[in-house]
Amino acid sequence: MKKKSENVVKWILIGISVVFFLLMLVWPLFEVIFRAVADGWETYSAALTADNTVSALQVTLIATVIALVVNTFFGVVAAWLVTKFDFRGKNVLSTLIDIPFSISPVIAGLAYIMTFGRSGWATPLIDKINELLGTDISLVFSVPGVVLATIFVTFPFISREIIPILHAQGKDEEEAASMMGASGFTIFRKITFPHIKWGLLYGMILCTARAFGEFGAVYAVSKARGKTFTLPLEIDALYMAGSSDSITQAFAVSSLLVGMAVIVLVFKNIVEYKAKKKEEE
Amino acid sequence: MYVELKNITKKFGDYEAAKNISFGIEQGRMAALLGPSGSGKTTILRMLAGLETQDSGDVIIEGKVVNDIPASERGIGFVFQNYALFRYMTVYDNIAFGLKVQKEDKNKIRERVMELISLVGLDGLEKRYPNQLSGGQRQRVAFARAIAPNPQLLLLDEPFAAIDAKVRKELRTWLKETIQKVGITSIFVTHDQDEAVEVADDIIIINQGNLEQIGSPVEIYKRPKTPFVAQFIGTSIVLDDLSGFKGFEEMEPGQKVIVRPEFVEAFKADNEKFKGLMHAVEEGVIEKIEFRGSYLELTLKVNGVSLTTNRSLERRSVAVGEKMCVLLYRVYAFDQSGAETHKNKLLKGIDVEKL
Ligand SMILES: Nc1ncnc2c1ncn2[C@@H]1O[C@H](COP(=O)(O)OP(=O)(O)O)[C@@H](O)[C@H]1O
Ligand SMILES: [Mg+2]
Repeated sequence: MKKKSENVVKWILIGISVVFFLLMLVWPLFEVIFRAVADGWETYSAALTADNTVSALQVTLIATVIALVVNTFFGVVAAWLVTKFDFRGKNVLSTLIDIPFSISPVIAGLAYIMTFGRSGWATPLIDKINELLGTDISLVFSVPGVVLATIFVTFPFISREIIPILHAQGKDEEEAASMMGASGFTIFRKITFPHIKWGLLYGMILCTARAFGEFGAVYAVSKARGKTFTLPLEIDALYMAGSSDSITQAFAVSSLLVGMAVIVLVFKNIVEYKAKKKEEE
Repeated sequence: MYVELKNITKKFGDYEAAKNISFGIEQGRMAALLGPSGSGKTTILRMLAGLETQDSGDVIIEGKVVNDIPASERGIGFVFQNYALFRYMTVYDNIAFGLKVQKEDKNKIRERVMELISLVGLDGLEKRYPNQLSGGQRQRVAFARAIAPNPQLLLLDEPFAAIDAKVRKELRTWLKETIQKVGITSIFVTHDQDEAVEVADDIIIINQGNLEQIGSPVEIYKRPKTPFVAQFIGTSIVLDDLSGFKGFEEMEPGQKVIVRPEFVEAFKADNEKFKGLMHAVEEGVIEKIEFRGSYLELTLKVNGVSLTTNRSLERRSVAVGEKMCVLLYRVYAFDQSGAETHKNKLLKGIDVEKL
């Protein structure tokens, strides 16, 4: 009797989930692909090779790669710091790491404008640096600004993935290694890293996915289409232009982003599978 | 002194984990830090190792103050309570780690690791990972790993705590023999008095961050300095008042005393052996008899208090409720200065233990 009712519940839950996924995820995504190629392959490829699209793809990739490198480094450092050392203000730091999760990305973008923009307090400093180095870097309404905004919103992904692993592992192995004379870097490389390897990779994948898709924070600091626009901004611009051609182009560019997301997803699944297998060994 | 702690204090927040601890260990000795759980043993061991920093006081090794030398440069071997083996390394790599860090020659490393593997009896297991080993095997790997770089001092935190009782005894003997063979000065932490008494040359008793006493097992057993030590080592009973007992009349009422089972003798009234001592005998009734494997533990009601004594299985059998003659040879009485043995005045000149 009990078995049977459990079965009914199971199938109802499966049904609800499937309908939900189809309605909310699969159908809209297919719609994107379908609309993208609705006007034929020629229009599709033209949309993908348009100058604005190529520029947006470049900016997106640059921002993602830099955000990934920077956040991998600082994410690991921050995670190591809060799990393996005791110091005053440790809890505050742990909370700070999570700020990008809880603050709307638009606010982050605006905060950058207030800080680094024309009237921001950091502008004189940047001007000084530019003068000194003979460069012409500006941080808002420019690619560096986009990069900064992307770094901000993707910062927690990596540290949040590895902090629980490091916590669970404790400090014993590191202490044992240090008793045998190992230096901090050797300890990290030989002892800590093998523990966090898969978690780190997983965090990097999440970070990449998020960097590809970020809209709000980037929107606030990027105003020049064809120069500082990322793919999501370009899609928005095409769609907002309103003509039926541009809307089709918007879907074409969207399909590109969907494709990139699918690749990331496949990676994520491979990593999850491998990590799980490693765990079972 | 080879290893010395001088006036070491350590606080965690407001909690005093070590209060003015001083002791020394001679070279080649095996010392036990013994005390109840939470008494501060691990903290002391970690300060010796350099994994924790004392608030004040000096750690001295081979005559050198090492306060400012980091753990990685103190050259001390450390066996962690849960072994802390490197999970992603084989037995071989675990043991070789310290040697590789020191950039030893590859062939030399191989030779040393294989020598250690056979010293700890793990031949053939060098390619295993820690989670493929039993508790006892892990312990052996942890030990081999700690001594691989030839440290002059070995510290072990509860080395047998995670091992089941059956293997523990065997491993204890093994560890003592192996440490003697290697000839290394060692300090191990334990909360088990039997373990400390069996394995250690010196015992350091810690209670609530205080050093209660240091000495050889026999010394500590025979001359406990504090009530805590007397109660912690061996089995004992605390009595509040002994003034009603024959031979102890002069003791102040209310003076706390400690009685061990071996201070008490219980015999049947017709026992020829004790005939000359009947003037000192109290009457007792057996309340409880417990079988302890190789002897019986009797609990007797005497003058309104319960005393215990051990009885050989070779002697005549006894039953609960039976009246016995009870002799109290001596007790420990405590004042501020420490424990003092009080002998039964009526037994003066008679060596009861020789009877
Ligand atoms: N890192 C720490 N932070 C705060 N309190 C600690 C820390 N380490 C130990 N303590 C406290 O110090 C006391 C002694 O601990 P410990 O040395 O581990 O005792 P033992 O090894 O004798 O069981 C305990 O009350 C414990 O809670
Ligand atoms: Mg402990």
